Amino acid sequence: MENNAIVKINGLVKRFPIGGGFFTALNGIDLSFGKGEFAGLVGPSGSGKTTMLNIIGSLDGPTEGKAIVLGQSVGELSHKKAARLRKENLGFIFQTYNLLPVYTVFENVEFPLLLLDMSPQDRKQAVQEALAWVGLTDKVKSRPAQLSGGECQRVAIARAMVKKPQLVLADEPTANLDAANSHHILQTMENLNRELQTTFIFATHDDKVIQYLRRKISLEDGKVIKDETS
Amino acid sequence: MTAIKLALRNLIGAGLRTWLSVAVLAVILILVIWQYAIIDGWDRMAVRDMIDWEIGGGQIWTGEYDPFDPFTLEDSHKAIPGSFNEEIANGKVAPILITQASIYPGGNIMSILLKGIDTRQQVSKLPTGKLTEESEDIPAIIASTMARDTRLNIGDYITVRWRDVDGTFDATEVKIVDVFRCDVPAVSNGQMWVPLDKLQEMTQMPGEATLLVLDQDYKWEGDLEKGWILRDHEFLLKEMNEMIRMKKVGGSIFYIILMLLAMLAIFDTQVLSIFRRQKEIGTYMAMGMTRSQVVRLFTIEGAMHSILAVTLGAIPGIPFLYWMAQKGYAMPAGSDSMGLPIADTIYPAYSVGLILSVMMLVVITTTIVSYLPSRKISKMNPTEAIKGKLQ
Repeated sequence: MENNAIVKINGLVKRFPIGGGFFTALNGIDLSFGKGEFAGLVGPSGSGKTTMLNIIGSLDGPTEGKAIVLGQSVGELSHKKAARLRKENLGFIFQTYNLLPVYTVFENVEFPLLLLDMSPQDRKQAVQEALAWVGLTDKVKSRPAQLSGGECQRVAIARAMVKKPQLVLADEPTANLDAANSHHILQTMENLNRELQTTFIFATHDDKVIQYLRRKISLEDGKVIKDETS
Repeated sequence: MTAIKLALRNLIGAGLRTWLSVAVLAVILILVIWQYAIIDGWDRMAVRDMIDWEIGGGQIWTGEYDPFDPFTLEDSHKAIPGSFNEEIANGKVAPILITQASIYPGGNIMSILLKGIDTRQQVSKLPTGKLTEESEDIPAIIASTMARDTRLNIGDYITVRWRDVDGTFDATEVKIVDVFRCDVPAVSNGQMWVPLDKLQEMTQMPGEATLLVLDQDYKWEGDLEKGWILRDHEFLLKEMNEMIRMKKVGGSIFYIILMLLAMLAIFDTQVLSIFRRQKEIGTYMAMGMTRSQVVRLFTIEGAMHSILAVTLGAIPGIPFLYWMAQKGYAMPAGSDSMGLPIADTIYPAYSVGLILSVMMLVVITTTIVSYLPSRKISKMNPTEAIKGKLQ
């Protein structure tokens, strides 16, 4: 696992300034994630799940320790290099979908490919393929406001997967969905994980998600208290 | 290229918000071009009219003459140099004798300049042909503004009182034989034109004139007799050019106010955009855009308002500006008392330079105004922005 790891975390500490002092969100985390994992950071609110996901996603840096993602130490990356890492290798799925409201479904999914300067023909093909994965080929011209919550999250999955990233980070992806939609999108992600060998890391406290995870890392007060693989 | 494509997509997607800003900017762009063209048209018309009616291709003054000092008129008369006889005979040089006089319209006294002009002249648009009518009366022509002020009409008689060369007062009646339309105050306001020979007779200044107006095609190259001074366009138009310059400064204030309004609209749109779209900004960053790319995207979005305004403004703007060029702009009543030659209708003068410079200025200013609020993005924390938290 260590040798094939795409994410390696050693002695990770993250503190946030609060008032005159600091709040320690992550405290001495050591973890690694291998290729093709379907893993989740599990724990109650405030346990440090999202903070960890943000650091792995190079949106934030560690206060102490190291987080090496795809061979690059997140804390030492410039803004430009971190953006490049995200653009080329990472996909994000958010609790509130974060779709671009003025874009159509097609344009939302196409967006990451535009940043990669892909040709229009390749973009079109990739977007159609991604929308087929999530079963939304009939909604290409719809705008997010015209979709249900489940459909929005499926668009977000297609957007995260369209560039076939090595790692997808999903922060509470089912928090705003009902049970049927939650299972639907989890099955979709599980299929993509098996089919494309994309590593998925979730941050969740939703039992519906937890039952799909093959690896569950339990966090409490910024520390890993359990790491179990099924 | 990607930033332009995304900016255009965002703008079009934003719908009404975009089109309102674009419409405001387009209207202001058209107004600024139109206003500048009107001022340019007015300036050109003023200079053209002044040349056509008053100064011709230049003037030759008696040394004492100062048009801004009426007290110099008493001494501003000299025998017309014989070297101009031929040009005067064929209308290429117009001698003018000027004296102060009084008239009594409606029982009120009114000071005027009584001007005698050679009726053969072709250098001015003055209808001096009307002064050649065979009659016992002394014929006179006045401008419509003068006719309005004195309530004189063609065929009316008016008493004129003047002083001759020795300072002796004399008076007679003159007959108004024509009322002409002229926009040049120095020709129309408080002026009465009579035949030169009549005025020379009235003032006992035979063969004398105050000044000579040269034809626009006639270039005087010889030596002038002593006491006469050549005044060229540069000298004669100096006051006019100064007035035009002052008027342009005044016009610019209106233009600056319009631009400020437009820029305020763009600035507000940008600030509101960045305030409302924090989640979107965070998402851009999560998907791999650098902060500077997001700043660029928002700046281009703002700047594109002006590009769209230029493009879409052309649809109503070109026909409107063309229509104004054909129809002209009717000046409000009373504007002829501004001291500058001013026609009832002013035709705007457009030039490629004017249109391009106004468009460039609007685009550049909009870009700068769009960039200023966009800089805030570079200080945003992406993890907070993703959640849409205000920063």
